[in-house]
Amino acid sequence: MELKTPLYETHLSIKGKMVPFAGYLMPVQYEHGILAEHKAVREQCGLFDVSHMGEIVCSGKDALLNINYLLSNDFTEMEAGSCRYSPMCNEQGGVVDDLIVYKLNDEAYFIVVNASNKDKDYAWMKAHQHGNVEFKDLSGDIAQLALQGPKAEAILSRLCTELPDKYYSFKANVDVGGLKALVSRTGYTGEDGFEIYLANKDAAALWEMLMQEGQADGLLPCGLGARDTLRLEAAMPLYGHEMNDEITPLETNLKFAVKLNKAAFIGKEALLTQTVKRTRVGLKVIGRGIVREAMPVYKEDQKIGVTTSGTMSPTLNAAIAMALIDKEYKEMGTKVEVEVRGRRVEAEIVRLPFYKK
Amino acid sequence: MKVIENYFYTKSHEWIQLLEDGTALIGLSDYAQNELGDLVFVNLPEVGDDLIVGEMFADVESVKAVSDVFAPINGKVLEINEELLDAPQKINEDPYGAWFVKVEGDVKPETLLDATAYQEYLTELEA
Repeated sequence: MELKTPLYETHLSIKGKMVPFAGYLMPVQYEHGILAEHKAVREQCGLFDVSHMGEIVCSGKDALLNINYLLSNDFTEMEAGSCRYSPMCNEQGGVVDDLIVYKLNDEAYFIVVNASNKDKDYAWMKAHQHGNVEFKDLSGDIAQLALQGPKAEAILSRLCTELPDKYYSFKANVDVGGLKALVSRTGYTGEDGFEIYLANKDAAALWEMLMQEGQADGLLPCGLGARDTLRLEAAMPLYGHEMNDEITPLETNLKFAVKLNKAAFIGKEALLTQTVKRTRVGLKVIGRGIVREAMPVYKEDQKIGVTTSGTMSPTLNAAIAMALIDKEYKEMGTKVEVEVRGRRVEAEIVRLPFYKK
Repeated sequence: MKVIENYFYTKSHEWIQLLEDGTALIGLSDYAQNELGDLVFVNLPEVGDDLIVGEMFADVESVKAVSDVFAPINGKVLEINEELLDAPQKINEDPYGAWFVKVEGDVKPETLLDATAYQEYLTELEA
């Protein structure tokens, strides 16, 4: 039996098409459809329910020590009120999950993890904790709404006077239309925008308020379908696609979040000694067809890799994909072929991201 | 969902319209296009290809996924609607006008659903 977010009834009332995802019933789209929702986020604004995401708080005197040991990024020089992305690796350097750490203060960090991994992550953190620290899974109590797009700031500023200014920063305990929330300037769409965390009981009220406030600005409710096309255009990796237990962050081009010169962390030894043979690239389809995930990539007769995500890009009006391929073929402009249901379709290696605002 | 009188249908949501000259047009129903969502790609057979009842002869892709389109009859492709290749959204906009292929073949109405039966079938599905 799937779980429901506190916005389940709201989704039904506005004709959300509900599908099972990561153990939840989530809207894949609403009545305007994925293309219209995608366009709204690129040109105006979109509102997403992402309450299925997990939230874990790490606190105690040794909180920093613990997250620096668990995660590959370095959190030593970090100001309270800022956010930082990081993979969490296993001993082999593969990825347990990728997540965002919000520093509340020197002894407390708010960690946002993928819905499909939250139980695994929580168990992993508990299993590797040491010293004076406590991990607490708050996923069941917290709702998350993402307001994304060029009009997001204008809309939200009419309900909240203390918005975070900088990308990847946040403000805790702010008042959004009379409700208490944590607001960060983050997102998964490639646009400016905010993610708002608040108590489950307030989620429906905030949704209504935002939809009403944004109506004149062209705000549309958006589902998981548009979330995926938007993040793919922005070339943001998705766990289970561009990375997993057996793909290291070095292979999927997340080197910026792997600090091999910091003290010991889980996976460091493996990553230090890894000879990176494959890499993540962008593919633009030249032939006719849409490339999806897990399709083999060829250079002439040689299989050189596999696609990890693919879709029709509404912004570029072209089929795009990301793939993990043999490093020696990563040059921009290299022509390759992808096998799409038994048929070879020509594609070209292009620079990531596919879309930049 | 809209159902058109005088068309025949399948349980996999294709429609077939019999023309006066004995040929037939085949497309996807309003219910199907609504379920699939925004269509962004269509793959059609070639003129001269054989259709075999119950087997896929075309596929359509929405933003999210690919779906097969099945032949409602045995027959041969006389013409394809090339307009759809560049404008798959026409299937969403006008499902009963956006025919995929024109075929000549062996139409057995008793193996298909008429508008009333298809409407009843949809009502069952949505119950």
